[in-house]
Amino acid sequence: MKILINGLHKDVTAQKLGAILLEAGYGDMRVATAVNGGFVAVEQRKEFEIEAGDQVEIVAPRQGG
Amino acid sequence: MLGTSQYPSPAILAEAFRKSAASVATVSVRREAAGAHAGEGFWSLVRDLGVLVLPNTAGCYSASEAITTAKMARELFETDWIKLEVIGHSDSLQPDPFGLVDAAAKLCRDGFKVFPYTTEDLVLADRLLDVGCEVLMPWGSPIGTGLGLLNPYGLRSLRAHYPDVPMVIDAGIGLPSQATQAMEMGFDAILLNTAVAKAGDPVLMATAFSRAIEAGKLARDADPMEPRDMAMPSTPVIGKAFLQ
Repeated sequence: MKILINGLHKDVTAQKLGAILLEAGYGDMRVATAVNGGFVAVEQRKEFEIEAGDQVEIVAPRQGG
Repeated sequence: MLGTSQYPSPAILAEAFRKSAASVATVSVRREAAGAHAGEGFWSLVRDLGVLVLPNTAGCYSASEAITTAKMARELFETDWIKLEVIGHSDSLQPDPFGLVDAAAKLCRDGFKVFPYTTEDLVLADRLLDVGCEVLMPWGSPIGTGLGLLNPYGLRSLRAHYPDVPMVIDAGIGLPSQATQAMEMGFDAILLNTAVAKAGDPVLMATAFSRAIEAGKLARDADPMEPRDMAMPSTPVIGKAFLQ
């Protein structure tokens, strides 16, 4: 199915957020996630269902003021 | 408090922190590419600074966006502290007071310790304290301008109305003298970033700010004299020789 990951169109086969992170190459990286604007905690990712067209945001620590 | 953005290099960032004597580092969350590991490298650098971490919601223009960002930051940085920014105007980067109070209320209820980026507005301060904020972070002037304290009257008024609320001047400080002025007014801390990071010599500027902030605090603690309009000789008049 086609989804958006960090604003880029991706075609993924997995249905759950945790599996999609693995499929997209995030492995065990230290990241936080949101789907369609709502936070998805790390312990929810394994069972969190993703649907076609969903917008997935994957973030990591960065510099800030 | 010192921001971690815009330094010429990670090594200069680290050295500026050491010279600044800052005890808090502000950080953010941003999109990560698969396999990039940029976030892990940065997080390792920040941990090595040995300071407290204050994540921000910089760039958020709505309460919902800021709340989601805060939750992502809490998970990544393992802290309930959040520097809450809900921007209301893209040119001045001034906060959206309505979105700010809305987001602050929800985050406080969710267990966050909210450090709201606000203005010197007393009514807004009152609302933020009402919804559970225990710290206020009024701006000196718009973010990144370096214009210093544009409304000293308003800031003095804010300080006087809430003498027991910890307050940090956040944004707009460009020179050490401006930081001294804020500390002399009775503010508890200064959050700096651009003034240090974009100086020609960030490490030297961090040293200058450290001394300026300490000077301002010492001056405040020393209970300064009251200014007066009339001149008054400091040398005793009595005992002056009569020479006519």
